[in-house]
Amino acid sequence: MPKLRRTMMFIPGNNPAMITDGHLYGSDSIMFDLEDATSLKEKDSARFLVYNALRTIDYGKTETVVRINGLDTPFGREDIKAMVKARVDVIRLPKTDTPEDVIEVDKIITEVEEANGIEVGTTKMMAAIESPLGIINAYKIATASKRLIAIALGAEDFVTNMKTNRSPEGVELIAARSQLLLAARAAGIYALDTVYSDVNNIEGFLEEVRLIKQMGFDGKSVIHPKQIGLVHKVYEPTEKEIRHAIRVVHGIKEAERKGSGVISVDGKMVDGPIVDRAYRVIELAKATGVLKDGDLIG
Amino acid sequence: MVKNGVGREIPEFIEGYGKVKPYVSPFNMVPTGNKGGAKLKRPLPHKTKLIESIEEAIKATGLKDGMTISFHHHFRNGDYIVNMVVDTIARLGIKDIRIAASSLTTCHAPLIDHIKNGVITRIETSGLRDPLGTAISQGILPRPVVIRSHGGRARAIESGELKIDVAFLGVPACDEYGNANGYSGKSACGSLGYAMVDAKYADQVVLITDNLVEYPCLPASINQTQVDYVVQVEAIGDPKGIVSGAIKGTKNPREILIAENAVKAILASGYFKEGFSYQTGAAGSSLAVTSILREHMIEQNIKGSFGLGGITSQLVQLLEEGLFKGLFDTQSFDLVAAESIGRNPNHFEIDASFYANPHNAGPAVNKLDIVMLGALEVDTEFNVNVITGSDGVISQASGGHSDTAAGAKMSVILAPLIRSRIPIVVDKVTTVVTPGETVDVLVTDYGIAVNPLRTDLIENFKKANLPLYTINELQQMAEKLTGKPDPIEFTDKIVGVVEYRDGTVIDVIRQAK
Repeated sequence: MPKLRRTMMFIPGNNPAMITDGHLYGSDSIMFDLEDATSLKEKDSARFLVYNALRTIDYGKTETVVRINGLDTPFGREDIKAMVKARVDVIRLPKTDTPEDVIEVDKIITEVEEANGIEVGTTKMMAAIESPLGIINAYKIATASKRLIAIALGAEDFVTNMKTNRSPEGVELIAARSQLLLAARAAGIYALDTVYSDVNNIEGFLEEVRLIKQMGFDGKSVIHPKQIGLVHKVYEPTEKEIRHAIRVVHGIKEAERKGSGVISVDGKMVDGPIVDRAYRVIELAKATGVLKDGDLIG
Repeated sequence: MVKNGVGREIPEFIEGYGKVKPYVSPFNMVPTGNKGGAKLKRPLPHKTKLIESIEEAIKATGLKDGMTISFHHHFRNGDYIVNMVVDTIARLGIKDIRIAASSLTTCHAPLIDHIKNGVITRIETSGLRDPLGTAISQGILPRPVVIRSHGGRARAIESGELKIDVAFLGVPACDEYGNANGYSGKSACGSLGYAMVDAKYADQVVLITDNLVEYPCLPASINQTQVDYVVQVEAIGDPKGIVSGAIKGTKNPREILIAENAVKAILASGYFKEGFSYQTGAAGSSLAVTSILREHMIEQNIKGSFGLGGITSQLVQLLEEGLFKGLFDTQSFDLVAAESIGRNPNHFEIDASFYANPHNAGPAVNKLDIVMLGALEVDTEFNVNVITGSDGVISQASGGHSDTAAGAKMSVILAPLIRSRIPIVVDKVTTVVTPGETVDVLVTDYGIAVNPLRTDLIENFKKANLPLYTINELQQMAEKLTGKPDPIEFTDKIVGVVEYRDGTVIDVIRQAK
């Protein structure tokens, strides 16, 4: 079953209360931020806090991500060391411009894993692309390390570099989003969309979520718990999609049982991509509770 | 010492309280005898009841040392009545007075001095806040404070167990002959539900108003057949402290999360169906429950029967949208509710006995399906504490907690698993107010626990895939984050007696060290 990454909630790395209970709000991933949300004088204490949280708190099924400081700062290396030792699921690299940025972080992670008896490759990576250069290099970045599970768009820096600003319609992001998606899909990893900062504009937020879902993004970064349910609702499959997916899965199981290679559902041939899509629909439906385990039987 | 029905060691006799009837189980107590009542009177025709001042009214009632006076708490933290009356009593040199208030709050701090100077020697109330609660927990009152639920207080008054000599009742609108209501005037508070019981059963009744209207003041919640004297004063309270405009929904993500979990529990319970009844408080999570539930009522086209209790603008909205047939209102929580009760006949004012007295022929809580309640602590037996804080000091109120928990088909406690670094789920609550036997569900931000007695609910919740844990699992989750708090230390001195709604003693509160 494919893992869902519909929502990744940003949590400031210096906020103990939010670090303690951020996973309760039901996002697929939580991202502790040691970079922009943490001021210079709190870099060490935030690292220490997130390290201890990861070591002691049971985050259950929620994927843990830490956004580290760049390697061009005095903090990046220390961040990686601490987070790998704390067994974070994913290290998120900010402001990735070139594949070399990824390779360098990958190397340090490998060193830390080896030094601490952690199987090499356990710690995954995510690269945030926030510049025109990064977008141009998106495919190279996406294929720079086996650890990479996703590339994500960081729009605020990007639009500044592009000498524009963000608009409700998002025309300024069309090229970046498209390029990033193409790169992610070609590399076979996830594509995650940028944050929407106007927490109180529900309708605007929903419009953006509908857009990026239709474009093909796997999910979106969120900055407030109330955005989580909204994204999940948009990603929730329709009843028709679910019924179809169930028939496809049943068809495939039936075919496996009979040992036949090709099957058809509703008179149409079912092949690999349709099966993949069916599994994803079922996973999405289960995640929002519209489908329960028992519903698949029969 | 005897062990009562919730396992508490209670003395058989408590100095300053008397012989103890230990709590056994929620409906064990079968009362005998008849209701008590006010004195018979002979008012002469065409005489006014208007009297010049509170002082003259006190003199007219013949209030003496050792007597019992009563107050209501509809003016909440804006109340001027208690302090005005007790200050006057002190000035007149009267001592050893028992105060029987429906509740007392922060603004009643001046009572501390009147306890110290011997004017007040006994207090009976639903709740106490700092600094009065702290002072009493430290032991300044000569006799233990008696904590009663709203239903328990109405029962004690009706049965004659709590005999009120003079009730001093602030009213927002009143005529010179004693007809009064709570929904007009600058100090409008809405329902006068608590005061109505005192007006019926006190030997003498003094109404105090800042809004004297022409006779007759109709409709009248308290009426002329019950009232002896009427006093007009400048102000009976601070409107800002009495009610807020409309209580606003919470934006706190944790409270919303708890509310969302609670709504999941309601939807899965089997009680969310046409004609259901519902009560909730005015705290953040409870309010959010009402607004989320409203969306489901509209979506699934389900209409409720009645909303009960403390009424807020949220419940008024449900009434006006036709989602509930009626509201029973013993206390209005905001100005929208206070105004609604004056104009909508289906927003019905009830007294505290109608609301929750377990020993009348049928309180409203007995018809309740679902109630949302709060908690300071819940223990692994589902007993709930809503009176003493994590420092063991009296700081909150019993309210209608135990009444509605006993009456409702499903009582739901809403609480964060951890509050200010202290776990909510504990081995044993500091003070039992509501017995675990009447508590069905605990909903927290971390998950839901169901009382093992409710196998039906456990079944329904499992079917709905709710985040279900045992209460011990929730306790362990909390303690894993916080550690186990050190026990609170008390002396042996009893400073408070907590009565269950039927008048039995469910727990005692000892002096905080």
